[in-house]
Amino acid sequence: MRTLTYRDALREAIREEMLRDERVFILGEDIAGYGGTYAVSKGLFEEFGEKRVRDTPLAEEVITGAAIGAALGGLRPIIELMTINFSMLASDQIVNQAAKFRYMFGGQPEMPLVIRMPGGGGAQRGAQHSQSLESWYAHIPGLKVVMPATPYDAKGMLKAAVRDPDPVLFIEHELLYNIKGEVPDEDVEYTVPLNRGEVRRQGRHVTIITYSRMLHVTLQAAEDLAKEGIEAEVIDLRSIRPIDIDLLIDSVKKTNRVVIAQEGWKYYGTGQGLAALIYEYAFDYMDAPIQHVTSADVPMPYSKVLERAALPNKNDIVNAAKAIVPAALVRA
Amino acid sequence: MAISNVTLAGLTRTQLLETHYKMALLRRFEEKAAEEYTRGKIAGFMHLYIGQEAVGVGCITAMRPDDKVLSSYREHGQAILKGMDPGVVMAELFGKITGCSKGKGGSMHMWSNELGLLGGNAIVGAQLPIAAGIALAMQYQGLDTIVVCFFGDGAVDEGAFHEALNLASIWKLPVIFICENNQYSMGMAVEKAWAVDSLLPRAAAYNMPYEQVDGMDVIQVYEAAKRAVEHTRSGQGPLLLEVKTYRFRGHSMTDPAYYRTREEEQQWRTTRDPIGIFEKKLLDLDLATQAEFDENDARAIQAAEDAAEYADNSPDPTLDELYTDVMVDNSTALFFRYERK
Repeated sequence: MRTLTYRDALREAIREEMLRDERVFILGEDIAGYGGTYAVSKGLFEEFGEKRVRDTPLAEEVITGAAIGAALGGLRPIIELMTINFSMLASDQIVNQAAKFRYMFGGQPEMPLVIRMPGGGGAQRGAQHSQSLESWYAHIPGLKVVMPATPYDAKGMLKAAVRDPDPVLFIEHELLYNIKGEVPDEDVEYTVPLNRGEVRRQGRHVTIITYSRMLHVTLQAAEDLAKEGIEAEVIDLRSIRPIDIDLLIDSVKKTNRVVIAQEGWKYYGTGQGLAALIYEYAFDYMDAPIQHVTSADVPMPYSKVLERAALPNKNDIVNAAKAIVPAALVRA
Repeated sequence: MAISNVTLAGLTRTQLLETHYKMALLRRFEEKAAEEYTRGKIAGFMHLYIGQEAVGVGCITAMRPDDKVLSSYREHGQAILKGMDPGVVMAELFGKITGCSKGKGGSMHMWSNELGLLGGNAIVGAQLPIAAGIALAMQYQGLDTIVVCFFGDGAVDEGAFHEALNLASIWKLPVIFICENNQYSMGMAVEKAWAVDSLLPRAAAYNMPYEQVDGMDVIQVYEAAKRAVEHTRSGQGPLLLEVKTYRFRGHSMTDPAYYRTREEEQQWRTTRDPIGIFEKKLLDLDLATQAEFDENDARAIQAAEDAAEYADNSPDPTLDELYTDVMVDNSTALFFRYERK
């Protein structure tokens, strides 16, 4: 095992897949000479050249459409959209095209396409650069949506996404690129499935479901809760679509209480979607209403003070868990 | 009657008669589809190609069978011209399992990997970026296959047109963009929608060769398309072809066309019918006889009848088709245990 940053883990995944398969190439804005807005593709242009590391104009619709076409034409493109906020300019290609082709054309097209893009807030980038829009895409049949939280998963899931025959939206987080974590040595080949969550901490009092950057906040909250005797089970969803529903239900059956912690907005978001599933399939096991920890229901403000207030934090998770775990249960 | 040895545009007499048959087939197929629509056998949106036959026939005749075609939602003609059995096209209109997209697509969503017909797209202009991408895949793999992308004058107004033409030009992609300018984007006249009166200045903006051609003359279309194919296949990059045409019917089956006069339509139908123009040209050059045209037309009528009969006799999709083909691994949002219980 080595320690790598999330950014370096992503780069290794791309590089290894490009070395493994001639059909894999990357395209996006400023990914070649500039090395990528978040430096993920740094050095790849020098190694692979302009055929396989392609700078594009600032034109999200044709970047995405061209990658769709390239995938239909037998290649395995990886797109980098500079942020998920810009993906709205490509939303027709993602939602009306990529997600629809296989079904609409009777199962004939294959579209091995990966769309990488960071989302989320916390870097004072303002209302148009801080959104968590995964629930929009996760709503759409025909797409896979994954959000790895660790360098290990970032590498393993990106490699799995490149090899997957369907369109995969691979959503990173701006504040995860510099985090470090254990990753197997370079000669150890591994992938991480695109449809499985992971229990990150065992517990018996409450299940906290989370993903992406909020996993790390949640693990800190779980430490604090443990000091007060509350043993939280932390589930890293990793895949937003498809959902590893078995993993969630099994945990709920054990703890009977759920907190959902995610950075997006509350209403019609992933948290409410997950809550509805849990009520539908595990209502009889529930001892308390599901608690949601989310961003404030406002466009993201720029001010440091206001942004901090808008984003969900560790204390919000601690308080949400304490609200549904009775003291008597903890003493037992 | 003596049949002349003169040929037209390098096509043999047999090829010319085949060209005539193809136009007749598209016309009769669409007329039959309209009839079945009014009988309730076909539903949803359906856009007919009547009046525009010379565009598809002229262009696709100039292509190689392995070249790829993308089109808009008005693509029954391109599907047949790429070699799809009219019965399979009609079965898709009927929503039957024997349709090219297993009845899951409908009129606007025809596809065949084998024939290189890559949709049928019902979002105006969306096929242009995808066509550029398929052309990129051909270039990347060192193939000399080219991509031909059909779209209407309305697609020119979408941002996708600009993004796709620019990218195709800077990367010299092997794609021919063919604007079937039928002069109305639904009900909006092209002279109201465009700030310019042809696509010449737009092509210039992307540093792309441009040609405009009379879309009611199949020979002129064929010759222009042949030049375009030679240009693009030789590695010189994309090209924009503007083909001026006219659809004789409304935008779709539900359009009464209040935005234009019946006189205007009548004028086009009587003086600019692409089939009539082609027949006159062949007769004037002694290249064919009226009897041969009649025979072609009778064959076309029969082919359309056979297509409708095949579609009508085909089974509906079984209900297990509802959940297949969403993803290659057949996953949807949830694991199957929950989705299906």
